[in-house]
Amino acid sequence: MQMIRCPWCGPREEVEFHYGGQAHVPYPAEPAALSDEEWAHYVFFRDNTRGAFAERWSHSAGCRRWFNALRDTVSYRFLAVYRPGDPRPVLDQTPTAGASS
Amino acid sequence: MTTVDAFSTDPADAVPHTPAPDRLNGSSPRTPGAELPEHPEFLWSNPDPQKAYDVVVIGGGGHGLATAHYLAKNHGITNVAVLEKGWLAGGNTARNTTLIRSNYLWDESAAIYEHSLKLWEGLEDDLGYPILFSQRGVLNLAHTLQDVRDSVRRVEANVLNGVDAEWLEPDEVRKVCPIVNTSTDIRYPVLGATYQPRAGIAKHDYVAWGFARRVDEAGIDIIQDCEVTGFVRDGNRVTGVRTTRGDIACGKVALAAAGSTSVLTDMLGLRVPIQSHPLQALVSELLEPVHPTIVMSNAVHVYVSQAHKGELVMGAGVDAYNGYGQRGAFHIIERQMAAAVELFPVFARAHLLRTWGGIVDTTPDASPIVGRTPYDNVFLNCGWGTGGFKATPGVGWVFADTIANDEPHPYAAPFSLDRFVTGRLVDEHGAAAVAH
Repeated sequence: MQMIRCPWCGPREEVEFHYGGQAHVPYPAEPAALSDEEWAHYVFFRDNTRGAFAERWSHSAGCRRWFNALRDTVSYRFLAVYRPGDPRPVLDQTPTAGASS
Repeated sequence: MTTVDAFSTDPADAVPHTPAPDRLNGSSPRTPGAELPEHPEFLWSNPDPQKAYDVVVIGGGGHGLATAHYLAKNHGITNVAVLEKGWLAGGNTARNTTLIRSNYLWDESAAIYEHSLKLWEGLEDDLGYPILFSQRGVLNLAHTLQDVRDSVRRVEANVLNGVDAEWLEPDEVRKVCPIVNTSTDIRYPVLGATYQPRAGIAKHDYVAWGFARRVDEAGIDIIQDCEVTGFVRDGNRVTGVRTTRGDIACGKVALAAAGSTSVLTDMLGLRVPIQSHPLQALVSELLEPVHPTIVMSNAVHVYVSQAHKGELVMGAGVDAYNGYGQRGAFHIIERQMAAAVELFPVFARAHLLRTWGGIVDTTPDASPIVGRTPYDNVFLNCGWGTGGFKATPGVGWVFADTIANDEPHPYAAPFSLDRFVTGRLVDEHGAAAVAH
């Protein structure tokens, strides 16, 4: 089983975690000003990246805190984990697994 | 204890070597039955891409092939290419559990899935090719009072839409499928089930081959090993497709790439509300016929049928995270097996033979997206999530009609991309039978 490194607890088994989808999706600054289309994109549309993807995880069977991770959606390998509020880390190199077929 | 070290250089360990008889020498005796037969007739040719086509279908799985088939058959459009980045029908068409049913809750879904089921019923004749379509029925088990209410409601809705459906009490479930554990002392007792007798399974490879053969006969080019790397755009139109086998000009483009749809729509600067997830399935070793129907269970999260050859074929829910890797996590398989053994104690001694994963394109309302796009000549078919196989002929028919007429077929219209803006969703999370 894949080990995921919780930024607070360290490496734990994957089954302790809950997936939260794409990270860095801010709540609209002016909700009342949004058009229907903009609301649709906020509510229903998320990136579906093939390769390095910034996403939210919760250590639901551990400290129950949320954190963000950069994960390769082809190899499923975690490239980085970081705490909420921290900026998306810049990787030294882009993962090769997501770059080709 | 004496062992032979395979890597030993000691001459004493050497295995005596007898030269093989010269099999190329016609006079030497041949091993009876060892000759390879002639290669069977090829079902489709493998042409190089031409410079231009009226319609380029991207995705050489069941949906893409069925679309090409009905473009030719129903609309006489044959200057068509089907582009496949890997090999024909090697994605989800080869990886699904081949369940075919139409017992969906909402009118819009019942219409398109029932249209598909009716086409399945005549598909062998249409294709002139055996597809081993076996209408053995499907049981959707109910394990809680809420399950029962939802199921009875769905049966009533199905009947109103002309879809065959019955509600079965536990003793009737036992008659349809004697190996289901209907005792009351299990964690999720079976309180009944919906039953659609016309549901069934088919041999997925034969389905793809049958369509490919007909498509090829119609003069359509099936181009494998041809990955789309970009699009040539001219305002609101796409005039060409860039591929690993060169640029191809096109009159219209039809996307039928399932889990890889976002990779294509990202190239077009078009957002679609789908998330690609791994979905796993597995088979047991070959067993005697023990399972006469299909059993699905939402609550304990497994669906099971027995293939013609004898393997038990099982699937469960998707892996939680987004993924394109065509594999999933083993703990999902473990839970699925636990659910299967709970429901079918007779499976406890069966061995797991093989597991695999496909990449399914899930949508927020568990319904597909079929129709037009903001581009004048780009058409979209995606979002079938965990249930695309059953739709193969139905969506091929409807999508071909949409492409040919530049407007959504009535069965496709409710599944437009703009429903996520209008809010007119077709929420099939309940009837999808196993959660997406």
